[in-house]
Amino acid sequence: MSKNLAEEYWKKNLKYLLILLSIWFTVSFGFGILLIDELNQIKIGGFKLGFWFAQQGSIYVFVTLIFIYIYLMNRLDKKYHSKK
Amino acid sequence: MELQIWIWLMIGLTFSLYIGIAIWSKAGSTNEFYVAGTGVSPIANGMATAADWMSAASFISMAGLISFMGYDGSVYLMGWTGGYVLLALLLAPYLRKFGKFTVPDFIGDRYYSDTARLVAVFCALIISFTYVAGQMRGVGLVFSRYLEVDINTGVVIGMAIVLFYAVLGGMKGITYTQVAQYCVLIFAFMVPAIFISIQMTGNPIPQLGFGSEGADGIYLLDKLDGLSRELGFHEYTSGSKSKLDVFFITAALMIGTAGLPHVIVRFFTVKKVSDARKSAGWALLFIAILYTTAPAISVFARTNLIDTVSEKKYEEMPVWFDNWEKTGLLKFEDKNDDGIIQYVADPQINELTIDRDIMVMANPEIAELPNWVIALLAAGALAAALSTAAGLLLVISSSVSHDLIKKIIKPDVSEKGELIAARISAFFAVIMAGYFGINPPGFVAAVVALAFGLAAASFFPAIVMGIFYKRMNKEGAISGMITGLLLMLFYMTKFKFGWFGGGTEADWWFGISPEGFGTLAMLVNFIVSLTVCHMTKEPSEEIQELVEKIRIPTIDK
Repeated sequence: MSKNLAEEYWKKNLKYLLILLSIWFTVSFGFGILLIDELNQIKIGGFKLGFWFAQQGSIYVFVTLIFIYIYLMNRLDKKYHSKK
Repeated sequence: MELQIWIWLMIGLTFSLYIGIAIWSKAGSTNEFYVAGTGVSPIANGMATAADWMSAASFISMAGLISFMGYDGSVYLMGWTGGYVLLALLLAPYLRKFGKFTVPDFIGDRYYSDTARLVAVFCALIISFTYVAGQMRGVGLVFSRYLEVDINTGVVIGMAIVLFYAVLGGMKGITYTQVAQYCVLIFAFMVPAIFISIQMTGNPIPQLGFGSEGADGIYLLDKLDGLSRELGFHEYTSGSKSKLDVFFITAALMIGTAGLPHVIVRFFTVKKVSDARKSAGWALLFIAILYTTAPAISVFARTNLIDTVSEKKYEEMPVWFDNWEKTGLLKFEDKNDDGIIQYVADPQINELTIDRDIMVMANPEIAELPNWVIALLAAGALAAALSTAAGLLLVISSSVSHDLIKKIIKPDVSEKGELIAARISAFFAVIMAGYFGINPPGFVAAVVALAFGLAAASFFPAIVMGIFYKRMNKEGAISGMITGLLLMLFYMTKFKFGWFGGGTEADWWFGISPEGFGTLAMLVNFIVSLTVCHMTKEPSEEIQELVEKIRIPTIDK
């Protein structure tokens, strides 16, 4: 891979990281901790929403985030290695 | 069939399976011994990582811990899963691309310094030893409860098994036994959970069950909140810790998870970079199955327990109550001599002391499940403890044989010699772990929390900056690691062991508990590293090229 392409690839990667990690932070530290009192006003079934994010929802989102990253990076790998 | 026979059968079967796998996957080279010949498939590696990660504590203690902490227990749930996002996005793919055997390998090469390597070896050893002692103790406990042998005999049996497959098979043997152990442990964890969820809510999925209505038509969580209030405990779905502290503890556990050497090293065992990402995804999926079920078990067990004991006659307690009373993990003291159990928050009036470990272990008995389920639970707990112990022992042995002997003391050692050294150090590591299992230092629980803080404060910043910041040099990384490590040690020993004048909760810096302090120590590490780095000269062209190479995966078709 040429130097330019490598740099482009890296920048794309960093952009993905930034977006995915902001979601990671929002669902756990945001919904599960900082905003819990507000979210607990909302109830879904037997769960208060904030409590659900802290003990269930954040974990589901974590798993999904990793699989999205896998998908994005595989696509990126393919794109940049065919340009080589 | 009788319970004892079931237990011997389950444990006998699973143990022969582990030994069979060990013989089949004997390691022939250092490459196989350290990283399983880098030929592990992502799904298998995901399972192995999950088993490696979920210890006796996750299996036996966590659900019980949460059932007494309620919302505050979320720190473990988010902390011990969220770290995998950091691993998958920030560490695993790049470390796999770097392609060596151990974490100190990376630190030593990236920071072109044997001092950095030594500091990393030291951190890896401390973290792994504190952890492994707890595992051996867990093995002993399970044996003594279920096979009615002495705890020490249990530890020795556990040592013999781990010794056999870790020394013989190295990473290759460990990986494939961990795959088997994951299957055993997750099955053992889920079966009672599903049974109980059906019993209490009619919903076979525990994750949904604990948000459903019980037989009386009241939502389980509302009922538990109400019961907790009545008995004077804090409401189950809200916590008693400060938001700031919950934030810091969660962060420390997440970052610590991402920095634990026995977890990181698992990603060296796959074939290529994309497989490293994939196996992190699989690992978290497999872990999430247990981690999303645990809080459901906590709610079921807690509700069941209060329903069964609160304001009931002691005489009329079921058989399991007597069984666990005998182990000393459940204690009833009739303070007002009315023959009725008062279970309340106020220690003056409360008559029942419950060890939180029994919440998972006694669960099948409380729910009156068949004997084979109880036997399965015993085999599952052993699988959880043994798989984690084996992974840690490998980190210890490779730190000694590879990072110390091969890289620093005697670089001209032959591969055969290194392999022998690896096996001998694995042997001694098992003996030492067993010793700590039999004579546990009183501070084990405190030190396990320390392991996460240490990993967060030392490894994590050094590795992340090693990948994402080309300019980071050895002066910055070493001073950062040492400051982070010492600061963390200082804070823990001050507030946990009363050194340096000790202190109470009121003296915590910014109200942060020792468990959450790793986050602050990590921030200090980053600041020190960056400051020192800019006052010293940048790393050579060669190193900067190395970093660029790590960032881009090679694709072989």
